[in-house]
Amino acid sequence: MLLEAPFTEKKIRALKVGDRVEITGLIYTGRDAAHKYLHDGGTPPVDLTDSIVYHCGPVVVKEKGKWVVKAAGPTTSIREEPYQGPLMEKFKIRGVIGKGGMGPKTLAYCKKVGAVYFHAIGGAAQVLAKCVVDVPGVHMAEEFGSPEAIWEFQVVRFPVVVTMDSHGRSLHDAVQAQSEKKLKALL
Amino acid sequence: MDAKLLQQNLLELIRRTSTDLPADVVQAIDKGWRREQKDSSGKYALEVVRDNIDMARRISQPICQDTGTIIVYADLPAWCDEPTFIKAFEKATVQATKKGYLRQNSVDSITGKNSGTNLGPGSPSFHVHPTRGKTMKVRMMLKGGGCENVSCQYSLPDTRLGAGRDLEGVYKCLMDATYQAQGKGCGPGILGVCVGGDRGTGYVAAKEALFRKLDDVNPDKTLAKLEKRVMTDGNSLGIGPMGFGGKTTLLGVKITHRNRVPACYFVSIAYMCWAFRRNGVTMSETGKITRWLY
Repeated sequence: MLLEAPFTEKKIRALKVGDRVEITGLIYTGRDAAHKYLHDGGTPPVDLTDSIVYHCGPVVVKEKGKWVVKAAGPTTSIREEPYQGPLMEKFKIRGVIGKGGMGPKTLAYCKKVGAVYFHAIGGAAQVLAKCVVDVPGVHMAEEFGSPEAIWEFQVVRFPVVVTMDSHGRSLHDAVQAQSEKKLKALL
Repeated sequence: MDAKLLQQNLLELIRRTSTDLPADVVQAIDKGWRREQKDSSGKYALEVVRDNIDMARRISQPICQDTGTIIVYADLPAWCDEPTFIKAFEKATVQATKKGYLRQNSVDSITGKNSGTNLGPGSPSFHVHPTRGKTMKVRMMLKGGGCENVSCQYSLPDTRLGAGRDLEGVYKCLMDATYQAQGKGCGPGILGVCVGGDRGTGYVAAKEALFRKLDDVNPDKTLAKLEKRVMTDGNSLGIGPMGFGGKTTLLGVKITHRNRVPACYFVSIAYMCWAFRRNGVTMSETGKITRWLY
Protein backbone atom coordinates (compact mmCIF):
# COMPACT_ATOMS: atom_id res chain seq x y z
CA MET A 1 0.00 0.00 0.00
CA LEU A 2 1.03 3.60 -0.48
CA LEU A 3 1.73 5.99 2.37
CA GLU A 4 2.02 9.62 1.40
CA ALA A 5 3.00 12.71 3.38
CA PRO A 6 1.70 14.23 5.62
CA PHE A 7 2.24 11.27 7.95
CA THR A 8 -0.67 11.93 10.28
CA GLU A 9 -1.49 9.93 13.39
CA LYS A 10 -4.65 8.66 11.71
CA LYS A 11 -2.74 7.19 8.74
CA ILE A 12 -0.11 5.67 11.02
CA ARG A 13 -2.64 4.14 13.43
CA ALA A 14 -4.25 2.39 10.45
CA LEU A 15 -1.03 0.43 9.74
CA LYS A 16 -0.60 -3.12 11.01
CA VAL A 17 2.34 -5.48 11.45
CA GLY A 18 3.07 -7.22 8.15
CA ASP A 19 1.84 -4.36 5.94
CA ARG A 20 4.07 -3.73 2.96
CA VAL A 21 4.21 0.01 2.50
CA GLU A 22 5.70 2.32 -0.11
CA ILE A 23 6.48 5.71 1.37
CA THR A 24 6.32 8.92 -0.65
CA GLY A 25 7.22 12.30 0.81
CA LEU A 26 9.93 14.08 2.75
CA ILE A 27 11.77 12.02 5.38
CA TYR A 28 14.82 12.78 7.54
CA THR A 29 17.87 10.63 8.22
CA GLY A 30 19.15 10.42 11.75
CA ARG A 31 21.41 7.97 13.48
CA ASP A 32 23.56 7.80 16.60
CA ALA A 33 24.79 11.39 16.83
CA ALA A 34 21.42 12.97 15.96
CA HIS A 35 19.48 10.83 18.44
CA LYS A 36 21.88 11.55 21.26
CA TYR A 37 21.86 15.28 20.45
CA LEU A 38 18.05 15.50 20.51
CA HIS A 39 17.82 13.34 23.62
CA ASP A 40 20.29 15.62 25.40
CA GLY A 41 17.95 18.57 24.75
CA GLY A 42 19.27 19.79 21.40
CA THR A 43 16.93 21.80 19.17
CA PRO A 44 15.88 19.92 16.05
CA PRO A 45 17.01 21.73 12.88
CA VAL A 46 13.78 20.66 11.13
CA ASP A 47 10.16 20.37 12.23
CA LEU A 48 9.74 16.75 13.27
CA THR A 49 5.96 16.90 13.82
CA ASP A 50 4.33 14.02 11.91
CA SER A 51 7.71 13.06 10.46
CA ILE A 52 9.48 9.84 9.56
CA VAL A 53 13.10 9.39 10.65
CA TYR A 54 15.36 7.03 8.72
CA HIS A 55 18.23 5.24 10.51
CA CYS A 56 20.70 5.59 7.68
CA GLY A 57 24.25 6.75 7.06
CA PRO A 58 24.05 7.42 3.35
CA VAL A 59 26.78 7.94 0.78
CA VAL A 60 25.91 11.34 -0.75
CA VAL A 61 28.00 13.21 -3.30
CA LYS A 62 27.60 16.61 -4.95
CA GLU A 63 27.14 16.44 -8.71
CA LYS A 64 26.70 19.68 -10.70
CA GLY A 65 25.84 21.55 -7.49
CA LYS A 66 23.18 19.03 -6.42
CA TRP A 67 23.30 16.33 -3.76
CA VAL A 68 22.99 12.84 -5.22
CA VAL A 69 22.50 9.74 -3.07
CA LYS A 70 24.81 6.90 -4.10
CA ALA A 71 23.93 4.32 -1.44
CA ALA A 72 21.28 4.50 1.26
CA GLY A 73 20.52 1.25 3.04
CA PRO A 74 19.30 1.13 6.65
CA THR A 75 21.59 0.78 9.65
CA THR A 76 20.90 -1.30 12.78
CA SER A 77 18.17 0.44 14.79
CA ILE A 78 18.56 -1.11 18.23
CA ARG A 79 21.37 1.32 19.07
CA GLU A 80 18.74 4.07 19.33
CA GLU A 81 16.57 2.07 21.74
CA PRO A 82 17.31 4.29 24.78
CA TYR A 83 16.37 7.47 22.86
CA GLN A 84 13.73 6.56 20.27
CA GLY A 85 10.57 6.36 22.37
CA PRO A 86 11.03 9.62 24.31
CA LEU A 87 11.92 11.42 21.05
CA MET A 88 8.80 10.06 19.35
CA GLU A 89 6.75 11.46 22.20
CA LYS A 90 8.52 14.82 22.48
CA PHE A 91 8.50 15.67 18.76
CA LYS A 92 5.51 13.60 17.55
CA ILE A 93 7.67 11.51 15.24
CA ARG A 94 5.23 9.11 13.55
CA GLY A 95 7.59 6.57 12.07
CA VAL A 96 11.08 5.21 12.13
CA ILE A 97 12.73 3.31 9.27
CA GLY A 98 15.65 1.00 10.04
CA LYS A 99 16.67 -2.62 10.20
CA GLY A 100 16.71 -5.36 12.82
CA GLY A 101 13.74 -4.02 14.78
CA MET A 102 13.65 -2.29 18.18
CA GLY A 103 12.87 -3.28 21.74
CA PRO A 104 9.99 -3.16 24.23
CA LYS A 105 10.59 0.48 25.21
CA THR A 106 10.12 1.72 21.64
CA LEU A 107 7.15 -0.61 21.12
CA ALA A 108 5.42 0.85 24.18
CA TYR A 109 5.97 4.40 22.92
CA CYS A 110 4.68 3.43 19.46
CA LYS A 111 1.39 2.54 21.11
CA LYS A 112 1.32 5.58 23.38
CA VAL A 113 2.33 8.17 20.75
CA GLY A 114 0.82 6.66 17.62
CA ALA A 115 3.94 5.67 15.74
CA VAL A 116 5.30 2.64 13.86
CA TYR A 117 8.57 0.95 12.99
CA PHE A 118 9.20 0.37 9.30
CA HIS A 119 11.76 -2.30 8.37
CA ALA A 120 13.71 -1.56 5.20
CA ILE A 121 15.64 -4.33 3.44
CA GLY A 122 19.11 -4.42 4.96
CA GLY A 123 21.91 -4.29 2.41
CA ALA A 124 19.69 -3.11 -0.43
CA ALA A 125 21.68 0.11 -0.79
CA GLN A 126 21.06 0.64 -4.50
CA VAL A 127 17.34 -0.08 -4.70
CA LEU A 128 16.75 2.25 -1.76
CA ALA A 129 19.05 5.00 -3.05
CA LYS A 130 17.09 5.01 -6.30
CA CYS A 131 13.93 5.91 -4.35
CA VAL A 132 15.54 9.12 -3.11
CA VAL A 133 14.66 11.50 -5.92
CA ASP A 134 15.81 14.74 -4.32
CA VAL A 135 17.91 15.99 -1.41
CA PRO A 136 16.53 19.44 -0.55
CA GLY A 137 18.84 19.99 2.42
CA VAL A 138 21.27 18.75 5.01
CA HIS A 139 21.68 19.78 8.67
CA MET A 140 24.40 19.36 11.31
CA ALA A 141 26.83 18.04 8.67
CA GLU A 142 29.65 20.14 10.14
CA GLU A 143 29.10 18.86 13.68
CA PHE A 144 28.28 15.22 12.99
CA GLY A 145 30.05 14.42 9.70
CA SER A 146 28.31 13.33 6.50
CA PRO A 147 27.00 9.85 7.43
CA GLU A 148 25.65 11.10 10.78
CA ALA A 149 24.12 14.33 9.46
CA ILE A 150 20.37 14.94 9.24
CA TRP A 151 19.63 14.66 5.52
CA GLU A 152 16.33 15.68 3.96
CA PHE A 153 15.31 12.93 1.55
CA GLN A 154 12.43 13.33 -0.86
CA VAL A 155 11.48 9.70 -1.46
CA VAL A 156 9.10 8.09 -3.91
CA ARG A 157 7.66 4.64 -3.25
CA PHE A 158 10.35 3.76 -0.72
CA PRO A 159 9.70 0.05 0.10
CA VAL A 160 9.37 -1.05 3.73
CA VAL A 161 7.49 -3.55 5.88
CA VAL A 162 5.72 -2.55 9.12
CA THR A 163 7.25 -4.80 11.78
CA MET A 164 6.11 -2.87 14.90
CA ASP A 165 2.75 -1.13 14.93
CA SER A 166 0.91 1.30 17.20
CA HIS A 167 -1.26 -1.46 18.66
CA GLY A 168 1.50 -3.16 20.64
CA ARG A 169 2.36 -5.79 18.05
CA SER A 170 5.89 -6.65 16.95
CA LEU A 171 6.76 -9.07 14.15
CA HIS A 172 10.21 -9.44 15.73
CA ASP A 173 8.70 -10.67 19.00
CA ALA A 174 6.39 -13.05 17.13
CA VAL A 175 9.15 -14.54 14.94
CA GLN A 176 11.48 -14.85 17.91
CA ALA A 177 8.85 -16.61 20.04
CA GLN A 178 7.94 -19.01 17.25
CA SER A 179 11.57 -19.82 16.41
CA GLU A 180 12.38 -20.29 20.10
CA LYS A 181 9.64 -22.88 20.39
CA LYS A 182 10.98 -24.69 17.34
CA LEU A 183 14.56 -24.50 18.67
CA LYS A 184 13.57 -25.96 22.02
CA ALA A 185 11.85 -28.86 20.28
CA LEU A 186 15.01 -29.55 18.24
CA LEU A 187 17.45 -29.33 21.14
CA MET B 1 56.46 -8.47 -12.68
CA ASP B 2 54.59 -5.32 -13.61
CA ALA B 3 53.62 -3.60 -10.33
CA LYS B 4 51.26 -1.21 -12.07
CA LEU B 5 49.37 -4.03 -13.77
CA LEU B 6 49.18 -5.89 -10.45
CA GLN B 7 47.61 -2.85 -8.82
CA GLN B 8 45.18 -2.43 -11.70
CA ASN B 9 44.11 -6.09 -11.42
CA LEU B 10 43.64 -5.78 -7.67
CA LEU B 11 41.46 -2.69 -8.17
CA GLU B 12 39.30 -4.69 -10.58
CA LEU B 13 39.11 -7.49 -7.98
CA ILE B 14 37.89 -5.01 -5.35
CA ARG B 15 35.40 -3.44 -7.75
CA ARG B 16 33.92 -6.77 -8.72
CA THR B 17 33.79 -8.01 -5.13
CA SER B 18 31.90 -4.93 -3.94
CA THR B 19 29.47 -4.60 -6.84
CA ASP B 20 28.88 -8.08 -8.28
CA LEU B 21 27.87 -11.10 -6.17
CA PRO B 22 29.35 -14.45 -7.24
CA ALA B 23 27.14 -16.93 -9.14
CA ASP B 24 26.90 -19.49 -6.32
CA VAL B 25 25.50 -16.82 -3.95
CA VAL B 26 23.00 -15.51 -6.50
CA GLN B 27 21.84 -19.08 -7.17
CA ALA B 28 21.32 -19.74 -3.47
CA ILE B 29 19.31 -16.51 -3.10
CA ASP B 30 17.19 -17.39 -6.17
CA LYS B 31 16.54 -20.83 -4.72
CA GLY B 32 15.39 -19.24 -1.46
CA TRP B 33 13.18 -16.80 -3.34
CA ARG B 34 11.47 -19.64 -5.22
CA ARG B 35 10.88 -21.48 -1.97
CA GLU B 36 9.24 -18.59 -0.11
CA GLN B 37 5.48 -18.39 -0.04
CA LYS B 38 3.77 -16.14 -2.57
CA ASP B 39 2.90 -12.67 -1.25
CA SER B 40 4.82 -13.22 1.99
CA SER B 41 7.10 -10.57 3.50
CA GLY B 42 10.01 -13.02 3.23
CA LYS B 43 9.54 -13.38 -0.51
CA TYR B 44 9.19 -9.63 -0.83
CA ALA B 45 12.49 -9.10 1.01
CA LEU B 46 14.26 -11.46 -1.39
CA GLU B 47 12.66 -9.70 -4.35
CA VAL B 48 14.18 -6.41 -3.23
CA VAL B 49 17.48 -8.21 -2.63
CA ARG B 50 17.47 -9.65 -6.16
CA ASP B 51 16.66 -6.26 -7.70
CA ASN B 52 19.45 -4.75 -5.67
CA ILE B 53 21.99 -7.35 -6.85
CA ASP B 54 21.08 -6.71 -10.51
CA MET B 55 21.14 -2.97 -10.09
CA ALA B 56 24.50 -2.85 -8.30
CA ARG B 57 26.08 -4.97 -11.03
CA ARG B 58 24.57 -2.87 -13.81
CA ILE B 59 25.69 0.49 -12.46
CA SER B 60 28.87 -0.80 -10.83
CA GLN B 61 28.04 0.55 -7.37
CA PRO B 62 28.43 -1.14 -3.97
CA ILE B 63 25.76 -3.77 -3.24
CA CYS B 64 25.63 -2.53 0.37
CA GLN B 65 26.81 0.84 1.67
CA ASP B 66 28.69 -0.94 4.46
CA THR B 67 31.59 -2.22 2.39
CA GLY B 68 32.85 -3.93 5.50
CA THR B 69 36.16 -5.24 6.73
CA ILE B 70 38.46 -5.92 3.80
CA ILE B 71 39.78 -9.46 4.29
CA VAL B 72 42.53 -10.55 1.90
CA TYR B 73 44.18 -13.92 1.38
CA ALA B 74 47.13 -14.15 -0.98
CA ASP B 75 49.36 -17.04 -2.06
CA LEU B 76 52.53 -15.43 -3.34
CA PRO B 77 54.97 -17.21 -5.70
CA ALA B 78 58.65 -16.32 -5.74
CA TRP B 79 58.15 -13.56 -8.33
CA CYS B 80 56.20 -11.34 -5.90
CA ASP B 81 57.34 -10.69 -2.34
CA GLU B 82 55.04 -9.69 0.51
CA PRO B 83 55.86 -5.96 0.75
CA THR B 84 55.34 -5.57 -3.01
CA PHE B 85 51.94 -7.25 -2.83
CA ILE B 86 50.77 -5.30 0.21
CA LYS B 87 51.85 -1.99 -1.29
CA ALA B 88 49.94 -2.78 -4.49
CA PHE B 89 46.81 -3.86 -2.61
CA GLU B 90 46.90 -0.77 -0.39
CA LYS B 91 47.20 1.49 -3.43
CA ALA B 92 44.29 -0.33 -5.06
CA THR B 93 42.27 0.11 -1.85
CA VAL B 94 42.84 3.87 -1.78
CA GLN B 95 41.83 4.08 -5.45
CA ALA B 96 38.73 1.93 -4.87
CA THR B 97 37.72 4.24 -2.01
CA LYS B 98 38.16 7.33 -4.20
CA LYS B 99 36.07 5.73 -6.95
CA GLY B 100 33.32 4.86 -4.46
CA TYR B 101 33.61 1.05 -4.72
CA LEU B 102 34.45 1.16 -1.02
CA ARG B 103 32.98 3.46 1.66
CA GLN B 104 35.39 5.32 3.96
CA ASN B 105 35.14 2.57 6.49
CA SER B 106 38.25 2.44 8.67
CA VAL B 107 38.06 4.19 12.03
CA ASP B 108 40.85 4.65 14.59
CA SER B 109 39.54 2.76 17.62
CA ILE B 110 41.12 5.15 20.14
CA THR B 111 40.59 8.58 18.58
CA GLY B 112 37.44 7.75 16.59
CA LYS B 113 38.94 9.37 13.50
CA ASN B 114 38.13 7.91 10.09
CA SER B 115 41.29 7.53 7.99
CA GLY B 116 39.24 8.21 4.86
CA THR B 117 41.36 5.78 2.84
CA ASN B 118 40.44 2.42 4.36
CA LEU B 119 44.08 2.07 5.44
CA GLY B 120 45.24 1.85 9.04
CA PRO B 121 46.38 -0.71 11.62
CA GLY B 122 44.84 -4.05 10.59
CA SER B 123 43.01 -2.50 7.67
CA PRO B 124 42.87 -4.20 5.22
CA SER B 125 43.25 -7.48 7.08
CA PHE B 126 46.00 -9.39 5.23
CA HIS B 127 46.72 -13.13 5.30
CA VAL B 128 49.71 -13.64 3.06
CA HIS B 129 51.46 -16.96 2.44
CA PRO B 130 54.36 -17.88 0.17
CA THR B 131 53.74 -20.65 -2.36
CA ARG B 132 56.10 -22.83 -4.38
CA GLY B 133 53.84 -22.65 -7.42
CA LYS B 134 54.18 -20.13 -10.24
CA THR B 135 50.65 -18.73 -9.97
CA MET B 136 49.58 -15.95 -7.64
CA LYS B 137 46.21 -16.52 -6.01
CA VAL B 138 44.35 -13.65 -4.33
CA ARG B 139 41.00 -14.09 -2.61
CA MET B 140 39.09 -11.38 -0.80
CA MET B 141 35.93 -10.83 1.17
CA LEU B 142 34.05 -7.72 2.32
CA LYS B 143 32.30 -8.42 5.60
CA GLY B 144 29.89 -5.79 6.88
CA GLY B 145 29.36 -4.75 10.49
CA GLY B 146 25.79 -6.00 10.91
CA CYS B 147 26.72 -9.63 10.34
CA GLU B 148 30.02 -9.30 12.20
CA ASN B 149 28.08 -8.14 15.28
CA VAL B 150 26.05 -11.36 15.38
CA SER B 151 29.09 -13.61 14.91
CA CYS B 152 29.91 -15.44 18.13
CA GLN B 153 32.11 -17.93 19.93
CA TYR B 154 31.09 -20.68 22.36
CA SER B 155 33.26 -22.43 24.91
CA LEU B 156 32.12 -25.98 25.54
CA PRO B 157 30.69 -27.39 27.71
CA ASP B 158 27.89 -24.82 27.77
CA THR B 159 25.42 -25.23 30.61
CA ARG B 160 22.72 -22.98 29.17
CA LEU B 161 22.55 -25.01 25.96
CA GLY B 162 23.30 -28.36 27.55
CA ALA B 163 26.07 -28.65 24.96
CA GLY B 164 28.95 -31.04 25.61
CA ARG B 165 32.33 -31.41 23.94
CA ASP B 166 31.19 -33.40 20.94
CA LEU B 167 29.54 -32.86 17.56
CA GLU B 168 26.11 -32.88 19.17
CA GLY B 169 27.32 -29.97 21.30
CA VAL B 170 28.60 -28.21 18.18
CA TYR B 171 25.17 -28.70 16.57
CA LYS B 172 23.51 -27.02 19.53
CA CYS B 173 25.85 -24.02 19.28
CA LEU B 174 25.12 -23.58 15.57
CA MET B 175 21.38 -23.77 16.09
CA ASP B 176 21.56 -21.32 19.00
CA ALA B 177 23.69 -18.89 16.98
CA THR B 178 21.16 -19.00 14.12
CA TYR B 179 18.33 -18.35 16.58
CA GLN B 180 20.18 -15.54 18.39
CA ALA B 181 20.98 -13.77 15.10
CA GLN B 182 17.28 -13.66 14.08
CA GLY B 183 17.21 -11.15 11.19
CA LYS B 184 19.80 -8.83 12.74
CA GLY B 185 22.71 -10.03 10.60
CA CYS B 186 20.82 -9.32 7.33
CA GLY B 187 19.83 -12.91 6.74
CA PRO B 188 19.41 -15.28 5.08
CA GLY B 189 22.91 -15.89 6.38
CA ILE B 190 25.83 -18.20 5.85
CA LEU B 191 27.64 -19.78 8.81
CA GLY B 192 31.40 -20.13 8.57
CA VAL B 193 32.35 -22.40 11.45
CA CYS B 194 35.53 -23.61 13.13
CA VAL B 195 35.53 -26.33 15.75
CA GLY B 196 38.59 -26.03 17.98
CA GLY B 197 41.67 -23.83 17.74
CA ASP B 198 42.30 -21.02 20.22
CA ARG B 199 39.95 -18.02 20.33
CA GLY B 200 41.98 -16.17 17.69
CA THR B 201 42.70 -18.93 15.18
CA GLY B 202 39.14 -20.24 15.59
CA TYR B 203 37.58 -17.04 14.29
CA VAL B 204 40.14 -16.72 11.50
CA ALA B 205 39.46 -20.29 10.33
CA ALA B 206 35.69 -19.76 10.59
CA LYS B 207 35.95 -16.82 8.18
CA GLU B 208 38.29 -18.74 5.90
CA ALA B 209 35.66 -21.51 5.65
CA LEU B 210 33.42 -18.94 3.94
CA PHE B 211 35.68 -19.09 0.88
CA ARG B 212 34.17 -22.50 0.06
CA LYS B 213 31.45 -22.35 -2.61
CA LEU B 214 27.91 -22.58 -1.28
CA ASP B 215 27.03 -25.60 -3.41
CA ASP B 216 30.09 -27.71 -2.59
CA VAL B 217 30.08 -30.71 -0.26
CA ASN B 218 32.50 -31.05 2.65
CA PRO B 219 34.98 -33.87 1.82
CA ASP B 220 34.82 -34.91 5.48
CA LYS B 221 31.72 -37.08 5.60
CA THR B 222 30.96 -36.40 9.28
CA LEU B 223 31.12 -32.64 8.78
CA ALA B 224 29.15 -32.86 5.52
CA LYS B 225 26.37 -34.57 7.45
CA LEU B 226 26.46 -31.96 10.20
CA GLU B 227 26.37 -29.11 7.65
CA LYS B 228 23.30 -30.62 6.01
CA ARG B 229 21.57 -31.14 9.33
CA VAL B 230 22.15 -27.54 10.47
CA MET B 231 20.94 -26.23 7.08
CA THR B 232 17.71 -28.22 7.29
CA ASP B 233 17.02 -27.56 10.96
CA GLY B 234 18.17 -23.92 10.78
CA ASN B 235 15.73 -23.26 7.94
CA SER B 236 12.96 -24.98 9.91
CA LEU B 237 13.23 -22.28 12.62
CA GLY B 238 11.08 -20.03 10.42
CA ILE B 239 13.10 -16.85 10.97
CA GLY B 240 13.22 -16.18 7.22
CA PRO B 241 14.74 -13.36 5.14
CA MET B 242 15.43 -10.24 7.27
CA GLY B 243 13.76 -12.04 10.18
CA PHE B 244 10.35 -11.46 8.55
CA GLY B 245 9.43 -15.14 8.91
CA GLY B 246 9.80 -17.72 6.16
CA LYS B 247 11.62 -20.81 4.96
CA THR B 248 15.00 -19.31 4.09
CA THR B 249 17.01 -18.54 7.20
CA LEU B 250 20.37 -19.99 6.08
CA LEU B 251 21.99 -20.09 2.64
CA GLY B 252 24.91 -22.25 3.69
CA VAL B 253 26.89 -23.86 6.51
CA LYS B 254 30.63 -24.42 6.09
CA ILE B 255 32.48 -26.20 8.89
CA THR B 256 36.20 -26.63 9.38
CA HIS B 257 38.30 -27.68 12.39
CA ARG B 258 41.59 -26.96 14.11
CA ASN B 259 43.35 -28.86 16.84
CA ARG B 260 42.79 -27.57 20.37
CA VAL B 261 44.56 -27.88 23.70
CA PRO B 262 42.91 -30.41 26.02
CA ALA B 263 41.49 -27.68 28.29
CA CYS B 264 39.69 -25.75 25.52
CA TYR B 265 36.86 -26.53 23.13
CA PHE B 266 35.76 -23.48 21.16
CA VAL B 267 33.11 -23.28 18.48
CA SER B 268 33.65 -20.09 16.47
CA ILE B 269 30.94 -18.85 14.15
CA ALA B 270 31.41 -16.21 11.46
CA TYR B 271 27.92 -15.15 10.37
CA MET B 272 27.82 -13.71 6.84
CA CYS B 273 24.93 -11.66 5.45
CA TRP B 274 23.14 -12.34 2.16
CA ALA B 275 25.37 -9.66 0.59
CA PHE B 276 28.13 -12.27 0.59
CA ARG B 277 30.83 -10.34 -1.20
CA ARG B 278 33.79 -12.55 -1.96
CA ASN B 279 35.84 -13.13 -5.05
CA GLY B 280 39.30 -14.15 -6.16
CA VAL B 281 41.72 -14.31 -9.07
CA THR B 282 44.79 -16.16 -10.20
CA MET B 283 47.54 -14.21 -11.92
CA SER B 284 50.53 -15.28 -13.98
CA GLU B 285 54.00 -13.74 -13.78
CA THR B 286 53.22 -11.51 -16.76
CA GLY B 287 50.60 -9.92 -14.51
CA LYS B 288 47.69 -11.26 -16.49
CA ILE B 289 44.53 -12.46 -14.69
CA THR B 290 44.29 -16.11 -15.69
CA ARG B 291 41.10 -17.03 -13.87
CA TRP B 292 38.26 -15.65 -11.73
CA LEU B 293 37.68 -18.05 -8.87
CA TYR B 294 33.96 -17.49 -8.22
